[in-house]
Amino acid sequence: MSQGIGAAVKRKEDKRFTTGKGKYTDDIRMENQAYAAFVRSPHAHARVNSIDTSAAEAMDGVIAILNGAELTGDGIGNIICGWAITSKDGSPMNMGAWSALATEKTRYVGDAVAIVIAETNAQARAAAEAVDIDYEELPVAASLAAALSDGAPQIHENAPGNIVYDWEIGENEATEAALAGAAHITKMDITNNRLSPNPMEPRSAVAIYDDAEDHYTLYTTSQNPHVARLVLSAFYNVAPEHKLRVIAPDVGGGFGSKIYIYPEEIACLWASMKTNRSVKWTSDRTEAFLTDAHGRDHVTKARMGFDQDGRIVGFKVSTKANFGAYMSLFSSAVPTYLYATLLSGTYNIPNIYCEVLGVYTNTVPVDAYRGAGRPEASYLVERMIETAAREMGKDPADLRNINFIREFPHQTPVIMNYDSGDFEGNMRQAMVAADWAGFGARKAESAMRGKLRGIGMSCYIEACGIAPSAAVGSLGAGVGLWESAEVRMNPVGTIEVLTGSHSHGQGHETTFAQVVADRFGVPIDTVQIVHGDTDKVQFGMGTYGSRSGPVGMSAIVKALDKLEVKIRKLAAHLLEASEADIVIEDGQVKVDGTNKVLAWHEVGLAAYTGHNLPEGMEPGLKEGAFYDPLNFTFPMGCFICEVEVDPQTGKTEILKFVASDDFGTIINPMIVDGQVHGGIAQGVGQAMLEEVRYSEDGQQLSASYMDYAMPRADDLPDFDVLHHSTPCTTNPLGMKGCGEAGAIGTPPAVINAITDAIGNNDLSMPATPAKVWAALNSATIAAE
Amino acid sequence: MSEIKMTVNGKPVGGDVADNMLLVEFIRETLRLTGTHVGCDTSQCGACVVHVDGKAVKSCTMLAAAADGAEVTTIEGVANGDLHPMQKAFNDNHGLQCGFCTPGMIMSGIDMVNRYKAEGKTLDEAAIRHELEGNICRCTGYHNIVKSISQAAGEM
Repeated sequence: MSQGIGAAVKRKEDKRFTTGKGKYTDDIRMENQAYAAFVRSPHAHARVNSIDTSAAEAMDGVIAILNGAELTGDGIGNIICGWAITSKDGSPMNMGAWSALATEKTRYVGDAVAIVIAETNAQARAAAEAVDIDYEELPVAASLAAALSDGAPQIHENAPGNIVYDWEIGENEATEAALAGAAHITKMDITNNRLSPNPMEPRSAVAIYDDAEDHYTLYTTSQNPHVARLVLSAFYNVAPEHKLRVIAPDVGGGFGSKIYIYPEEIACLWASMKTNRSVKWTSDRTEAFLTDAHGRDHVTKARMGFDQDGRIVGFKVSTKANFGAYMSLFSSAVPTYLYATLLSGTYNIPNIYCEVLGVYTNTVPVDAYRGAGRPEASYLVERMIETAAREMGKDPADLRNINFIREFPHQTPVIMNYDSGDFEGNMRQAMVAADWAGFGARKAESAMRGKLRGIGMSCYIEACGIAPSAAVGSLGAGVGLWESAEVRMNPVGTIEVLTGSHSHGQGHETTFAQVVADRFGVPIDTVQIVHGDTDKVQFGMGTYGSRSGPVGMSAIVKALDKLEVKIRKLAAHLLEASEADIVIEDGQVKVDGTNKVLAWHEVGLAAYTGHNLPEGMEPGLKEGAFYDPLNFTFPMGCFICEVEVDPQTGKTEILKFVASDDFGTIINPMIVDGQVHGGIAQGVGQAMLEEVRYSEDGQQLSASYMDYAMPRADDLPDFDVLHHSTPCTTNPLGMKGCGEAGAIGTPPAVINAITDAIGNNDLSMPATPAKVWAALNSATIAAE
Repeated sequence: MSEIKMTVNGKPVGGDVADNMLLVEFIRETLRLTGTHVGCDTSQCGACVVHVDGKAVKSCTMLAAAADGAEVTTIEGVANGDLHPMQKAFNDNHGLQCGFCTPGMIMSGIDMVNRYKAEGKTLDEAAIRHELEGNICRCTGYHNIVKSISQAAGEM
């Protein structure tokens, strides 16, 4: 069976995970290891008057208790946001100071104030409890509404009114004019609920200081160890890059939350130097809820205008985005360039205007979570068009269809230039799979049983393959978003691929090896993927934004191109043939039309012995590439959800879920479908189950699995996952990326289905039984 | 402190443990069997499931001292030379992604198949989904986990 592109090869990495031999950060133990625990603010907003460590220092096993004044005194820099956004009036965003250990004020419950180092984990935690901090509680703004109210407490002195920025994109006047001439306008107020990413492996760090070499090693739960090293070196001044090695070993899921460099990693590295001990910290689950960056949390007012034929003429959006207490690493880009640039959806919309107000609140920082901005855009666009169809009495599929973009490339009014897609083809395939035409009969059957059946779709589009470096640089990004790869062929013919991408569940060890197998016809077992260690891989930008396929694998292709050129040249020389006649297949190098052949290892040996090389050729077989994408990629698809609501209880059951996606070229369909399954589950979680809730005084009410409703197996149906691919035109393999699509396309499909069932469009996520029951009964009351 | 003795993966182990030491801490930190994971603090996630005297137990919910005299099997102990059918089924069906919940899923899966077989009940998809209430996975949407357990149920 082929192991190349398109083959559903079983994963190489599974054996270690199914036998308990995975090596996660918390599994690592150093000989001189001590444990860290953090003293965290119990108040959402408070002045730190004094820190009394005397009782804690006297406790068993305590090695050191360090605070923010000492940290900043040692020159450790504040935590930064890496994407500069400019407000409407030309002013820069207001980045509030964020020290890894709070100095004067704490701004959310969980804000770290001190780090305790002790011989055991239990001793560290006990001593952290005994640190006595004199807090002066300050008024709290724990929601967008509270932070924007008159007389709201000032969270950062340099952010008047708690405004991070007031940003805009598109043409306001032209959009207003288009709306003024519209035959129908749909208006909606949409809230996108706040979520906690919740990878099953809690964050963890083991920081190792070597005083003889003045060198640091950090094992950490990171999606991008090189970015971590860069930021820890260049901005946080922990150590220069050549004195800091960052290793992200097996990482148990990320979903965005492990992109960022958090206070804990900074503090552990610094504390390992201060104590000359290896320092380990592992988050517990409640700590994860209190400190891992949250996602979403938008409140939006929108108007979409249509002409008499149902064509969209204008779309105006005003969004307030909750940033939490500080600006996390990519937070500023999420509600701007990853959100508003997707507001054209899959539709021809001639006029779009969006303004976004970024707001500080006394809550956990908010940043990218699976989809990052695109789920918010997709939810808005797809609920608007569905609601518009209902208001205008049009079939929702027909309304979408007359508005679909059909010619490519397509320039939207909001930056993005779509390269490819077949939007109607995808929708039709999903409708057939969902038996859309037979829905009426099923609805009638449900009604006979006293149940309300509904069907809803979403035709999402998103932007992946983040991103062309010069383009994102011009939009304010502090880094380039290329990827690197190095391909090393060994003397015995085995191949190592070093990649800057990082796998934390995505199966790169298999998929990336398939790309090599496809090129040379070698078995994937002879290909080793090396990632996650800054001492092995020179540099990389890591894995997020579904970029490991379109960007990471493109870099591998470019390195393979170079390696193949050298192999051909060498083989032509050894076989006394023309380079043009050299054929590489089935792990052999042949001369076309002859019986001349070199076994794969003979090529490797020849290159490394160097006994007989073409004139001027260097020995060895090692090539690298840095691939900078030409454009974003645009995965899109149609999701259809069918539900049944029990009108007595408001409980919703998902009866059928169809996803038809266009991911361009697919390397391993088994792994791609797995990505879709997981994304749909997180989308259903957002739509029906999950929400981070705060009390008015900023206490998180949902900070454990007793309170935060993670999707369980019996909350979900079997998924029907289909593909309808058009290759991406801007990268060598034609890949679009698949990691986030499920989380992006699902919430509007689910809510459109539930609102269809209950006959009330006014329903917010998560659509819990209580909310559905209330919406159903208010609709019933209104109808009566 | 309590002195305990137990059998873990067929080997006798023991020692003095703090009275508040959890079984999962004894497994991970004392025995250094790190395949058993901790994913929450509230006995919800199931990443720490092991078998104690043949029954699935969340090892974060049991004191090490309470397992005195017990026979414990962890993920490291289920394969007998070759992979256990449940381990193989997870590979065959792409029942894992990041792998963190996987040991607990496999231990719960083996336990549920054994129980249903012993009781002569059919372990259909709905039953598997219901039985997985105590195991949380964030990666797979459970779709392929259900298929994995279903395959193994036919092979065990």
